Amino acid sequence: MTATFWQRLDKAGRNLAPFAVTVMLVLIGLIPIPVPAYTPVAPQLTLISVYYWTIHRPDLMRPGVAFLLGLLQDLLIGGPLGVNALMLVVAQWAVLNQRRVFLASTFALLWIGFAMVMAGAVFLEWLAFSALSATMLPVKPALFQGLLTVAMFPAVGWLLIRMHRAFLNA
Amino acid sequence: MLVFASIALMMVGKIESVSVDSARARVTDAFAPILDAISRPAATAARVIESAVEVENAFDENQRLKAENARLLQWKQAALRLETENASLRTLLRVTPEPSVSFITARVIATPGSSFVRTLVVTAGRRDGVRKGQAALAGAGLVGRVIEVGEWSSRVLLLTDINARVPVVLESSRQRAVLAGDNSDQAKLLYLPPESPVQVGERVVTSGHGGLFPPGLPVGVVTSASERGVRVLPNADLSRVEHLRLVDFGLPGTELDLAAEWK
Repeated sequence: MTATFWQRLDKAGRNLAPFAVTVMLVLIGLIPIPVPAYTPVAPQLTLISVYYWTIHRPDLMRPGVAFLLGLLQDLLIGGPLGVNALMLVVAQWAVLNQRRVFLASTFALLWIGFAMVMAGAVFLEWLAFSALSATMLPVKPALFQGLLTVAMFPAVGWLLIRMHRAFLNA
Repeated sequence: MLVFASIALMMVGKIESVSVDSARARVTDAFAPILDAISRPAATAARVIESAVEVENAFDENQRLKAENARLLQWKQAALRLETENASLRTLLRVTPEPSVSFITARVIATPGSSFVRTLVVTAGRRDGVRKGQAALAGAGLVGRVIEVGEWSSRVLLLTDINARVPVVLESSRQRAVLAGDNSDQAKLLYLPPESPVQVGERVVTSGHGGLFPPGLPVGVVTSASERGVRVLPNADLSRVEHLRLVDFGLPGTELDLAAEWK
């Protein structure tokens, strides 16, 4: 009886891994790095994580989870509430719809797929911020942020694969 | 469903900004210890790299600093002379003394990586005496102002954020203007008269209008003046602020009392 309880607890803990890893990435994204002009283009690590887990473990990266993560990010970044939540929920939904394609594809295709998701996210973020401030904001910083995130994708992806194997394929 | 929830949240955030602010302050408070812990290794790494570069340039730097020191000593003499003169003139005129100034020094623990938001989170909050609206200074000049205060952390809106507005005055022409951020590295001056003589290199300081900041805080330097607008580069390097001073000037209206501005 106790064994099953501990097993259950262990399983629950392991199932929390995608969420916990993404929360860590939210926090890592906030670290001050004293490089000129870095902060505006700091990569969107959370989007990579949501993308990865939606493809590999959609049962653990539900829309609600994506929403919560986005909300947390909004609260910590200090921007208008709901922008990142919207972005992650839409990304999660888009990826989930095309999941079969992504699952069967190679890493290069995954990367291209992520670039497309990122492009959509950049556009959405820009649109939301422009609408909220009622002006046309320059799209360039967001575009560079997107490019940097796409460039970071293999590194973060590798890390996520390691996490995935360590916690969920035991 | 959740898409609508997000959009609804944006609306709520627009309308109910006070309660959203306090919720945000709570969450930031909760994560402040973790952010503090993980920002330290990053700061250390940055310092190690920086010191390596500094060792390489030590000789040149020493030469430059000696020259600068000689120049500053002359300025010091001038400042001392002016200070005594100023003091004696003040006693003649019975000027009311300026409100006392107190500083709170805080460490920057988070700089949100976002293309559309320019804020910092620092390790000082209500229990340290931080209040909403206080000016944040770093080394060479104004950085921004406190927009949200938690128990032991607070958030500073940088000058370059699109929502930042600071009443300023051009130092030599005494021309008033409002410094507005637009999420780029430089801020622009609003409400300048069209024919006002603005020169590149002119210093910009706070004007003290609105009662939020005291007059005369250094803000930045004009970098370009054309028909398309006047750009100002902040004195403080906003991308590498490590510590900043939150300044309580004891002025009336620092609690963002909007009514006070219209009196």
